[in-house]
Amino acid sequence: MKTDLNARYAKTHEWVRMEAARGEAVVGITDHAQSQLSDLVYVELPPVGKSLKQGETFGVVESVKAASDLYMPMDGTITAVNTALPDEPGLINQDAFAAWILKFKPSNPAQFDALMDAAAYEAFAASEEH
Amino acid sequence: MTQEPLVYEISAPGRCGVEMPEPDVPLAKLPEGMLRDDLPLPELAQVDVVRHYLRLSQLNYSVDQGFYPLGSCTMKYNPKVNEQAARLPGFVLTHPHQDLETVQGNLVLMWALQEFLKEISGFAAVSLQPAAGAHGELAGILIIRAYHHSRGDVRRTKILIPDSAHGTNPASTTMAGYTTVAVKSDARGNVDLDALKAACDDTVAGIMITNPNTLGLFDEHIEQANNLVHDCGGLVYGDGANLNALLGVVRPGDLGFDVMHFNLHKTFSTPHGGGGPGSGPVGVTEELARFLPGPIAAIDEEADEDELLVKLVMPENSIGRVKSFYGNFGILVRAYTYIRVHGPQGLRRVAEHAVLNANYLQARLKATYPIPHADRVCMHEFVAQGIIEGSDARALDIAKRLIDYDFHPPTNYFPLIVPEALMIEPTETESKQTLDRFVEAMEKIAQEAKESPQLLHDAPHIAPTRRLDEVKAAKQLVLCATFPQD
Amino acid sequence: MTYIPHTDAERAEMLAAIGVQKMEDLFRDVPERVRFPSLNLPAAISEMEVMWELQNISDANAHVGEFPCFLGAGAYHHYVPTTVDYVLSRGEFYTAYTPYQPEISQGTLQALFEYQSMMCALTGMEVSNASHYDGATSAAEGVMMAAAVSRGARRKVVISPAVHPQYRQVIRTYTQGMQLDIVGDETLRAQAEIPDLVRLLDDKTAALVIQNPNFFGQMEDVAGLADQVHAVGALLVVVADPISLAMFTPPGAYGADIVCGEGQPLGIPLSYGGPYLGYFTSRKALVRQMAGRIVGETVDVDDRRGYVLTLSTREQHIRREKATSNICSNQGLMALAAAVYMSTMGKCGLRTVAELCYHKSHYAAERIDALRGYVVDQSKPFFKEFVVKCPTRVKRVNRHLLKKWGIIGGYDLGQDYAHLKNHMLLAVTEMNRKDEIDALVEALKELSPKPKKAAKKTAPKKVKAASKRRAR
Repeated sequence: MKTDLNARYAKTHEWVRMEAARGEAVVGITDHAQSQLSDLVYVELPPVGKSLKQGETFGVVESVKAASDLYMPMDGTITAVNTALPDEPGLINQDAFAAWILKFKPSNPAQFDALMDAAAYEAFAASEEH
Repeated sequence: MTQEPLVYEISAPGRCGVEMPEPDVPLAKLPEGMLRDDLPLPELAQVDVVRHYLRLSQLNYSVDQGFYPLGSCTMKYNPKVNEQAARLPGFVLTHPHQDLETVQGNLVLMWALQEFLKEISGFAAVSLQPAAGAHGELAGILIIRAYHHSRGDVRRTKILIPDSAHGTNPASTTMAGYTTVAVKSDARGNVDLDALKAACDDTVAGIMITNPNTLGLFDEHIEQANNLVHDCGGLVYGDGANLNALLGVVRPGDLGFDVMHFNLHKTFSTPHGGGGPGSGPVGVTEELARFLPGPIAAIDEEADEDELLVKLVMPENSIGRVKSFYGNFGILVRAYTYIRVHGPQGLRRVAEHAVLNANYLQARLKATYPIPHADRVCMHEFVAQGIIEGSDARALDIAKRLIDYDFHPPTNYFPLIVPEALMIEPTETESKQTLDRFVEAMEKIAQEAKESPQLLHDAPHIAPTRRLDEVKAAKQLVLCATFPQD
Repeated sequence: MTYIPHTDAERAEMLAAIGVQKMEDLFRDVPERVRFPSLNLPAAISEMEVMWELQNISDANAHVGEFPCFLGAGAYHHYVPTTVDYVLSRGEFYTAYTPYQPEISQGTLQALFEYQSMMCALTGMEVSNASHYDGATSAAEGVMMAAAVSRGARRKVVISPAVHPQYRQVIRTYTQGMQLDIVGDETLRAQAEIPDLVRLLDDKTAALVIQNPNFFGQMEDVAGLADQVHAVGALLVVVADPISLAMFTPPGAYGADIVCGEGQPLGIPLSYGGPYLGYFTSRKALVRQMAGRIVGETVDVDDRRGYVLTLSTREQHIRREKATSNICSNQGLMALAAAVYMSTMGKCGLRTVAELCYHKSHYAAERIDALRGYVVDQSKPFFKEFVVKCPTRVKRVNRHLLKKWGIIGGYDLGQDYAHLKNHMLLAVTEMNRKDEIDALVEALKELSPKPKKAAKKTAPKKVKAASKRRAR
């Protein structure tokens, strides 16, 4: 299973990386998630400036087989969304860890450390399989 | 096969498929400033309309053509006498607002069908109004809600739903304002009684159970399950999609169900129509009768002795109308006809042979495909897995390859709790020859999966179209002929 | 009779293959106490006999083939061209399943795509689904969609009292578990007009729902309405009779966001209220919140054009509790009927039907208005239905029409609108010949009150402007 060692992971299959220099965090969905969904056809992005709590939904990704809500891995205010995605949702299938979905300013940076690391996520995702 | 053009592509300006008579009244002045300039509808000669739709029809598979082993759909033969019955002018040409005196025929038929369905299901009252199964479900959950509210109990916010349930169940629950709590199945495919017990409390409004369930299994503890829910003050909703296995065998009302919907387009042979119209009447216990959607047909107690007068009445505490008028009347006529030609013994034979056919297929296929619950007798359907050892072919590929053998694929990927599910429901109107041919095809395909899997991956090969790009359809939405692409 | 093909020998073979002795063994899991109940149903009869029985039953009805009919109010006696039943009787269409396997369902899928296209043309909207159960449920889905678009932020829906009473009832039934605040039709006085409804709009409003032509057959004044609705961030939902759309400016052209209604006039017989056809169209931007099946165009692996059900992820079988609606089926065969109807009638035919309805209803209205004791509401332009105040109870009028003249009269508005007692809603379509209309007028005339000294004429309550009366 492909994982990004620099990222942390939520149980809902989002990854988050801290860009410490800019005080910003970046969010996407994992490679495992994109392979479960298969070819993505639509991504719904939130408005920039919106503040959300950890666990609140910020958007949806859709394939022909499924539609999945996207959940904030940490509290924060959205600073940017990846505007390339609505036209090319397949970017996430191509490279889930490069195709970021949104960037946000964390209001509680300590939450990052409480998330799963790559190894823990890998084990978690494997256990979820039937 | 050349593809069939769209009506817009056959159209030419000035053509008309039918002429209307000249006005026989003086012309009134048309209102200015309110009229549209242009009406972009196609213009075809009548022969072109006929040819176009005839050719389109020939691109379809249908029950009249062949076998549909579609689990949970009950694709039985659609008797032609039903069609003749529904087309009687005395039915077709009645307006729903006509004075009741002038439509006693319709009302008698509705009343009789209500009585038949009550008797078949063991319920005290029936409403024929819902237009489809999902519609009946919504009505059923709203009835449960109305019941609790009438007792002043507003603490109940949850509906329990087994993990094997059809998607309409949680969707209907949400529409009614409840949250869904999933209950898992046990190793034998029943509702897990321990999990159910743990979930039952005074915040539970009820449970939605399909029995036989979507694995095709009759729940071995159905009465206990229903009792557990009753004990905590909840009600039991039965999804009647699988009633074909129970006709004359057992009545859901006798098993402790409080409310149930029927699918006339499954159990009672009314045709599927390429996706509707269906009809989803709802049956309830005596206690819930006053909440039924309406109006419903009822005998007028005050009528003269020699006159049977049937009226339309709104149940006392009805949840309200769920549809305009009284239900899909044309479908009700077909279901009435079906029940009359079968009678009580005939209906039981339907269930017996539906279950016989399903078990026969299960017995003959279990050597070739994994069938998780093959150790149990199934009801009218069973779930196999589209997994073949030594092959990467999956349920989807097997399904598509069946098309090349002139069979409609079984239901795939449902229920969700069985990976690579192939849900197979033969129904009672298929002969042993047809079932044997199907088994042969499935065995051949299993062989092909190992020896030449590409045949499956690229299937179908001999259908009107090859595999269609569903991703493209969702990404580049073209939903209309007259407007430009996304 | 049953349709079961099995012989005794086959049954025996099959039971053996399964490994059970007899049929009853297959039902071991059913609790014995309640197993194999005796059903108290009438004994089976043959197909021949059931047709006799049904002929008898249907003979107990009066029907519009034998009696001229002037009933409308949501269901209409329109001409059904012969092509419609021809196509609907094809087993390939009516015994086919939902087109989930597109490779062998191109007939159904393409016909639905054509239906969607023609509904867009008729309504002036960008996308259509493959239908809902009927006009009332379609309107309810429109209300739910408007609420969904606001993501639950807006819970108020303003509905005109001139929307069909049954549609308003169904909207309330559907939304009773959703904590929506439905206002306008019951909170305002019954004669509320559009400006009164506009005054109720605010930033909590998800939608304004009007019917145009309205339940009384009249064309509403919609100038500037869409702008006013959009100004508060709400959606404009318009319920519209499809035949009227062949003649009048379509709602898409005056800014509607959702246009829905009853498709029964498009080639579907009266059939005592069902099965009918709920059509549903909207702007393309809202398509992901649209419930129901939608057909889209695509290509197959050989690059040939084909059609598939698309945007399924909105639907119950995938989204489950998060689905836009629980709807599973559409009215597939009825949408096909509408497609065949619109293809046969075409641009020219549909316009002609609309104009015939218009001219005949106006002829009837003019002649009835001239009768002593009857006043037709001419306060607004109307299409194929109009309101007439009668000199006596509508029930009495209709009894007279039926018993003495063999005519099925109009709809009693007093049952839905307290201020409209003695008011009848009359519909006239292309199926009503002039001689039938003339007979109706003669029949009504017999109930005209005798002339009295200084007889006062009271206008129906909805008349705003002075109406011209023809001298007899």
